[in-house]
Amino acid sequence: MALNGIQIFKLTPKKNCKECGSPTCMAFSMKVAQGAVDISACPYMSDEAIAQLSEATAPPMKTIKIGTGDAEYSLGGETVLYRHDKTFVSKTRYAVALCSCMDAATVDAKIAELQKVDYERIGERMYVEVIYVNYDAASGQDAYLDIVKKAAATGRTLVLNCEDVEVAKAALEICKDGKPVLNGANAANYADMSAVATAAGVVLGVKGADLNELHDTVEALEKAGNKNLIIDVTGPDLKATFANAVQIRRAAIKNEDRTFGYPSIVNTVAVAKGDRYMQQALLALFTMKYGSIVVVETLDYAEALPLYGMRQNVFTDPQKPMKVEPGIYPINGGGADDICLTTVDFALTYFVVSGELERSGVPCNLVISDAGGLSVLTAWAAGKLSSTTVADYIKANVEDKINCRKLIIPGKVAVLKGDIEAKLPGWEVIVGPAEAVQLVKFLKDLTA
Amino acid sequence: MPFNQKPQKFNAKINTVTIGTGDKAIKLGGESVFPFYTFDGPIENAPKVGVEISDMGLENVSEGIKAYYEGCSTMGEIAKKASEMEGADFVALTLEGGDPNGEDKSVDELIAIVKEVADAIDCPLVVEGCKNAEKDGDLLAKVADALQGKNAVIMPAKEENYKAVGAAAGLAYNQIVGAESAVDINLAKQLNVITTQLGVSPEKIIMNVGTAAAGYGYEYVVSTMDRIKGAALSQDDKMLQMPIITPVSSETWGVKESVAPEADNPEWGPAEDRGISMEIMTATADLVSGSNAVILRHPQSVATISKMIKELV
Repeated sequence: MALNGIQIFKLTPKKNCKECGSPTCMAFSMKVAQGAVDISACPYMSDEAIAQLSEATAPPMKTIKIGTGDAEYSLGGETVLYRHDKTFVSKTRYAVALCSCMDAATVDAKIAELQKVDYERIGERMYVEVIYVNYDAASGQDAYLDIVKKAAATGRTLVLNCEDVEVAKAALEICKDGKPVLNGANAANYADMSAVATAAGVVLGVKGADLNELHDTVEALEKAGNKNLIIDVTGPDLKATFANAVQIRRAAIKNEDRTFGYPSIVNTVAVAKGDRYMQQALLALFTMKYGSIVVVETLDYAEALPLYGMRQNVFTDPQKPMKVEPGIYPINGGGADDICLTTVDFALTYFVVSGELERSGVPCNLVISDAGGLSVLTAWAAGKLSSTTVADYIKANVEDKINCRKLIIPGKVAVLKGDIEAKLPGWEVIVGPAEAVQLVKFLKDLTA
Repeated sequence: MPFNQKPQKFNAKINTVTIGTGDKAIKLGGESVFPFYTFDGPIENAPKVGVEISDMGLENVSEGIKAYYEGCSTMGEIAKKASEMEGADFVALTLEGGDPNGEDKSVDELIAIVKEVADAIDCPLVVEGCKNAEKDGDLLAKVADALQGKNAVIMPAKEENYKAVGAAAGLAYNQIVGAESAVDINLAKQLNVITTQLGVSPEKIIMNVGTAAAGYGYEYVVSTMDRIKGAALSQDDKMLQMPIITPVSSETWGVKESVAPEADNPEWGPAEDRGISMEIMTATADLVSGSNAVILRHPQSVATISKMIKELV
């Protein structure tokens, strides 16, 4: 059970030495209770007290790190089941599956293909972060090691799916510096597999026939001292896989079952092999419901564009609005002589407005200035969107690049028209529609 | 120690709403568990998939969708073909041509199309207006009249026109009212409250709580649906227990990821593939967040989503 600040305070030295960074022991205790500070920040806690407290104040779900350098990702660490309760913290990561049953040409083609997806969306680089390398016993160890080498050469983080202890050991020799996941422990081999993973310093993936077997195996691994784990929730069919993913996460967060407090791997290939469309559906399904790593056969732009957009949405902090970078966004081939429109930098506003502008087919420039990531009316009310902010931005960033001197402002802030015109000599300010959906007609009428 | 399974039980359920008549009638809702949580309890009625067709015929649809309807020249033929799509449970006719800012088709012209479509199919029918609240008030009242005895869904009834649409569909002609609000739990509830105050029975209301294409503010959709299902089941909020219907295709087939020609971004690949993927992913996310029915366009999306529902329930 979680302890409150007073209970924690009783275990502190109560000397207000400030060495932990907090002004008093009481303040420190309150922070620990909220999970903001780790108990070990206090240098005077007895080992006994630390053991007692770290058990009681540990987060419901561990944060597990995989990969290294730029390719290091945090998985898990969630504290809620729904984003509106607080926020989700660790994005779902996507993996493309390779298998040692594939011939060399197929593997090369898949590796080249998965590296093609690489673009930016609202300040975030979108690409395939993980490669899942499946060991097929019939093809033998050498074929597997070849593929592991090729996959490791991409610099992407790997998941080695291999339940053969010797093969796993050999594969880790090749790629352990990249901190891959060794997805290979089961009820029969977990002791040996855990030793291999621990020796290589990598995260161990745990499998099981059902939730009971998974629970037992994780418990046994924890007892043996390995808490650097991921749970492979893939079951015999889709229904079981979904049930596992939800119940494991729910047990950890809602029912405080720490044994299940680990991130998850979902292998959609196992339940929808060869069905690209079904795998698309499952990418979305397990992004929404508790997949930490989701494995598919193909991840091209067709998958990436909706998927990464959805992930970016779902994993935003509800308390922090998504913002786009201020700047001039040319639309429909807009150039220096085309009309300008302006709105706020709130990502949703930007997407809705730019979508409508694209639909209109009229070449134009969308000018986005910094409005604190708020919507039009909120930004106006907060003083973040005013005649001054618009005029200053246009003077500093637009006048030297755009020759056209017509500016359309959002209909909801029509009141700014006069002031902007006064502050921007030479510009004609036009009041646009109140809703983005009316932009198509508005622009067509304007340019007709 | 084996896993200590703790099912999440609720003493409340989503209303069961029957749409259509006869053998092919469908039921939405009825469950007292979260979407697809079959490990907590049974899902009485699996979510349903509808096929969207438009009074504009095949004018604004992708090549792949056109190919499916090849040989269909009348609205009746298109509707029949839509109802035969693999995985389709109902047909959704949108009257987008009625938009005063677009084609501005007359009400009489649209009613003729509604009748033609209704006569051509034997599965349940959903009719969506032109999105202009004023025109819909008039148009949808007449649609409700024209479809007497069909037990069809008439939508959208919005805050601006719920009296006209709700009274005609829900009271005068005994259809189902589709109440539409804009991605906000309070607005959704408010609309249900005032619609029932008109006298419309809660069992005659389904909700469209709004959606977006994946990547376009989709977080609001997730949280709105999560919170609605949460309030409906854990707090037994009667004014949020209406099943949710979500028109997916009208959002997803308009965004640039789905429509930008391959020539603009060669690495993106064919637009058709992107459009299908966008439709499938958005629909899946809607369903797992709480939609009891989704409306789609592409035969591949309809087949895939319907198969996924069968495997999950």
